[in-house]
Amino acid sequence: MSSQKKSDEAIIDGVLAACAGMDGELLPILHGIQDALGCVPPSAVARVAAALNLSRAEVHGVVSFYHHFRTAPPGRHTVHVCRAESCQAMGANRLVEHARATLGVDFHATTADGEFTLEPVYCLGHCALSPAMMVDGEVHARVTPARFEEIIRHAKEAA
Amino acid sequence: MSARVYVPRDSSALAVGADAVAAAIAVEAARRGASVSLVRNGSRGLYWLEPMVEVETPRGRVAYGPVAAADVPSLFEAGFLQGGTHRLAHGATEAIAYLKNQERLTFARVGIVDPLSVEDYAAHGGWRGLRNALAMPGADVVKAVADSGLRGRGGAAFPAGIKWKTVLDTPAAQKYVVCNADEGDSGTFSDRMVMEGDPFVLIEGMAIAGIAVGATRGYIYVRSEYPHAIDAMTRAVAAARAAGYLGSDVLGSGKAFELEVRKGAGAYICGEETALLESLEGKRGMVRFKPPLPAIQGLFGKPTLINNLVTLASVPVILDRGAAFYRDYGMGRSRGTLPIQLAGNIRHGGLVEKAFGLTLRELLYDFGGGSASGRPIRAVQVGGPLGAYMPASQFDTPLDYEAFAAIGAMVGHGGIVAFDDTVDMAAMARYAMEFCAIESCGKCTPCRIGSTRGAEVIDRIVAGRDRARNAELLEDLCDTMINGSLCALGGMTPFPVQSAVKHFPEDFGLAPKRKAA
Repeated sequence: MSSQKKSDEAIIDGVLAACAGMDGELLPILHGIQDALGCVPPSAVARVAAALNLSRAEVHGVVSFYHHFRTAPPGRHTVHVCRAESCQAMGANRLVEHARATLGVDFHATTADGEFTLEPVYCLGHCALSPAMMVDGEVHARVTPARFEEIIRHAKEAA
Repeated sequence: MSARVYVPRDSSALAVGADAVAAAIAVEAARRGASVSLVRNGSRGLYWLEPMVEVETPRGRVAYGPVAAADVPSLFEAGFLQGGTHRLAHGATEAIAYLKNQERLTFARVGIVDPLSVEDYAAHGGWRGLRNALAMPGADVVKAVADSGLRGRGGAAFPAGIKWKTVLDTPAAQKYVVCNADEGDSGTFSDRMVMEGDPFVLIEGMAIAGIAVGATRGYIYVRSEYPHAIDAMTRAVAAARAAGYLGSDVLGSGKAFELEVRKGAGAYICGEETALLESLEGKRGMVRFKPPLPAIQGLFGKPTLINNLVTLASVPVILDRGAAFYRDYGMGRSRGTLPIQLAGNIRHGGLVEKAFGLTLRELLYDFGGGSASGRPIRAVQVGGPLGAYMPASQFDTPLDYEAFAAIGAMVGHGGIVAFDDTVDMAAMARYAMEFCAIESCGKCTPCRIGSTRGAEVIDRIVAGRDRARNAELLEDLCDTMINGSLCALGGMTPFPVQSAVKHFPEDFGLAPKRKAA
């Protein structure tokens, strides 16, 4: 990491520049911002709106429509547990309860120590090996409650 | 001589430890001084055997699985590089019954080739369809697609040729081809497998589509829940462009076709074609009124050919082998093959590509091997969250669009989710309404409000409050949603609900309905 930390504004401007000339560029821009900052902060909305000649309401409307975009940064690790039918057929409801109890938070919430944010997801496409979950983009299938704890412990140690 | 070893990079294989297995093979090979060339292929779709390692031998590829990193030293000990016997050995991959009994046309190369090698794709029959298409007038390419009988594999089963012809016949300075890879249905993963295991077949299919209908730009809209597919697809597009299969002059034909991968943002509704187009335009994924059809006024108001990924990936084989070759598979008006996905509580979950016409029972028991739990299969949901729940008495239904429609079910994208006898069907019905409430775009009232009211009414029925009246109310609400919703989300969410009530009334505390009232 360089000692000169780039300001949020500079990062947002960099993303805007990288997406210049694209058609329908708002989603790629929001992805770029969230990938860099962990979320799409309210300050970004005005900056993006001005650059694209949109109203802030329009940009906010897009950010709030999609489940993927968040307006506040998540914990150090984001845990997505699948709730969809195939995983339910293989005990996902028990796994979800276990995840809530182990982490001590409900969906869309972050643990008090800022380590984990728990999110539901509706299918990760590993339905032949249900139930599935994803931690920081890394996928896990055939997850038992015991395996869940292993994965969480591993994520914590890796940090 | 260097032994060629295949360890899948398919994300489901990664989810059960394929990377660790690949690393362990590299370490063990180095330790023993064995020369190994590792290929990270797609999955063959025999997911209960993943991570499934294959070795190239003089008698073909042989399979070992499911392999854990800890098994790797013993595999070397058993001489697996020469195809030696081991407790995880399954013999020749192609002879495994699950694979041998399939008819793989669209999935012909998935799991076989190196997914990121343009040359490997060509060596396995790739690009022949595109070369043929480039030598034909666009109208003839469209006719071949129409004659093949190919129908939209995303769920609606609309004849692809008619859609293509509409775009072809609509004059415009700019047209688009859009691939719907927003595979959000639970129990489906065939789009993901193609993107991770044979991305060039999609690129070839889209290039053929573009050249046929006169579109010079294409977009692949992939859901954000598929990071590995996005990565593979992006790299494949770059490789195809570098090799001249995409760009301003496709294979020196003078025809242009450019392709871009776009990432969704976690909205199920964007699998609906008009919501997807809104999303590509940078807007909220709100469903559009039809007409105008996207084929006439689609992306950025221009004529747009929007097809599901499997539809587009089935085009190269049609242009390569001919419309009649493809049409000869199947039954009735369901022509060709369907990549079926076996999921949920099933022993042998995976990908089965077969001609239309085989029954659910064959899929669940002959291929699937029954439930994973060993308990009886009580219900299956076919066609994703909007598909009906089918009881065992309907397991002899052949996989055919019309046969399914006749009993109020749908084939959809070919996903089959099995549930054993511990399932609570009232809870599944409630979940269908809840999911609709979470994912509704909010444009029409029956879907936006009806889904929430639906979950509440089911709660009251289950709690035993005024059961008969609430059951009637639920029926009424379902009727409103089916007939009053703008798109399939609100219009089909009642199907799993009504089928659960009809076939499993006891789970709701309701008496079975008398027959033929």
